Amino acid sequence: MTYLLKRLIIAAVTLVLASMVVFAVMEILPGDPARLMLGFNASTDQVELLRNQMGLNAPLVLRYLHWAGGLLSLDFGRSYTYSVPVIDLVRERVVVSLPLALIALALSTAIAIPVGLFSASRQGRAGDTLAMGAAQLGVAVPNFWFALMLIYLFAVWLRLVPAGGFPGWSAGIWPAVKSLLLPAVALALPQAAILARVARSALIEVLNEDYIRTARAKGLPYRAVLWRHALRNAMIPVLTILGLQFAFLLAGTIIIENVFYLPGLGRLVFQAITQRDLIVVESVVMLLVAAVIAVNLLVDFSYAVVDPRLRGRQ
Amino acid sequence: MTLRADLPEETLAGVLAKAFGNRSFLIGFVITLLVAAIALLSFVWTPHDVTKLVIADKTQAPSPAHWFGTDHFGRDILSMIMVGARNSIAVALVAVGIGMGIGVPLGAFAAARGGIADEALMRVNDLVFAFPALLSAIMITAIFGPGAVNAIIAIGIFNIPVFARVARAGALAIWPREFILAARAAGKGMTEITVEHILPNIATLLLVQGTIQFALGILAEAGLSYVGLGAQPPMPSWGRMLFDAQTRMVTAPWMAIFPGMAIVITVLGLNLLGDGIADILDPKSRRQR
Repeated sequence: MTYLLKRLIIAAVTLVLASMVVFAVMEILPGDPARLMLGFNASTDQVELLRNQMGLNAPLVLRYLHWAGGLLSLDFGRSYTYSVPVIDLVRERVVVSLPLALIALALSTAIAIPVGLFSASRQGRAGDTLAMGAAQLGVAVPNFWFALMLIYLFAVWLRLVPAGGFPGWSAGIWPAVKSLLLPAVALALPQAAILARVARSALIEVLNEDYIRTARAKGLPYRAVLWRHALRNAMIPVLTILGLQFAFLLAGTIIIENVFYLPGLGRLVFQAITQRDLIVVESVVMLLVAAVIAVNLLVDFSYAVVDPRLRGRQ
Repeated sequence: MTLRADLPEETLAGVLAKAFGNRSFLIGFVITLLVAAIALLSFVWTPHDVTKLVIADKTQAPSPAHWFGTDHFGRDILSMIMVGARNSIAVALVAVGIGMGIGVPLGAFAAARGGIADEALMRVNDLVFAFPALLSAIMITAIFGPGAVNAIIAIGIFNIPVFARVARAGALAIWPREFILAARAAGKGMTEITVEHILPNIATLLLVQGTIQFALGILAEAGLSYVGLGAQPPMPSWGRMLFDAQTRMVTAPWMAIFPGMAIVITVLGLNLLGDGIADILDPKSRRQR
């Protein structure tokens, strides 16, 4: 079995197991969706009828297979509270959350890699100490508090950006991106701090290798050695952390979207939990988990791109 | 007798001398001690009573009477931060205890047995890591209801695979060593070797991971309280204070600034402490400083 095939199988197995866990958790949650939809005045017979219609009385395994089959064809069922297909809700919200997470990821990488390179190449000197001190501080900052401080500074005080809300992409690209800027910065900076630390220590490890000395000895300028030889070899730990951070960013959107009143997936799942709209909760959770697994698989694949030795390995 | 592979000739005095010569450790240790002392002090004394609402004093700016100002109920922010420290520390500490108590035996067992047991553990680990921790914590507290105890459980569950992974990786590196072979030759069983030789040798790793998870636990607790799923009012908690502050950013920014700084300082202290311990006990990581 090649490396890639093995990773693919592991990802698929994890996905199936995860779907079972999500389904099981939703099964043990208290509250009857049929009763919830009909209200407390409905008779037991009415509730029973609706339960049958919704397929809630079918055997457990059948219900799981039906649900999982639906997931595969992107048919998540209908929301109990909104009475619209869950996929419509998701489609409406994902255009907020996904760009937010991607902007944050891009920002975090764009800050962290140069800082890591800067620090590693000045190891132990004042610039390094200062940058790593800042990173140490960044790791300790809760993103939602940072978000509040950003709102205070940029929205309340300087009035440069809106304090919250989302005008929708139909209002134009710039107004929409503008309203995602502060949330993206709030999400990105603490992550960038972690990534910069990882990038620095990975680079320092690589810079001590013999081939770096060889590259320097053959007359390559330091900058070229740093970018071409050191960075590429330091990418594996950096990519691993990037993959983990994507999961963290997705989860982070739940809180950040609440701070900025953004109508994204995080707010949707949070509202669905308080409204006991289980089908929305399980669908969104499943989507997020699938995204995390997919990104980690992508990271595994990118290892093989970065490090050709992995391609044929067991 | 326990054989230590990592610290052959170290005396306690030698380790302590090294510890207090390490900048990260020293700063981290002082901050952590200070936060713990403040939390303990809050049991016997706070500047003002946090259970008493004084509406006449509501949302006052910082002053000599209220160093960090007051909240929308006229409660003293400084006193609330002191009492909140207790909540944060308790939640994070017990969550680390759950993670270590269950994760370390699992990881050590997987490393000792290898084969299917090991493979199965790693797959379950992958599974837990596929769930964004915060999302799952929100789900868990949504199922069992909000509150400090459920926040502890939610955070604790996600510490288990972390400690399992660290313990397994650490133990796997120790098993092929000669002194383990000697112990096996002496007729010791797997459990005996794990308890007597493996665990003492991975204790450092676990300690470092413990401080990291402690810091993450404090952040996670603040996040959960912030969305209303952690400690419930009237128990003051840092996250909850930030939630109350959010709608009052324009009129009473101090309500947000000080509790947030309390979180940052505490987490910073713990992270520095963890970095320092790693530096002192693992000379290899030293060259990277």
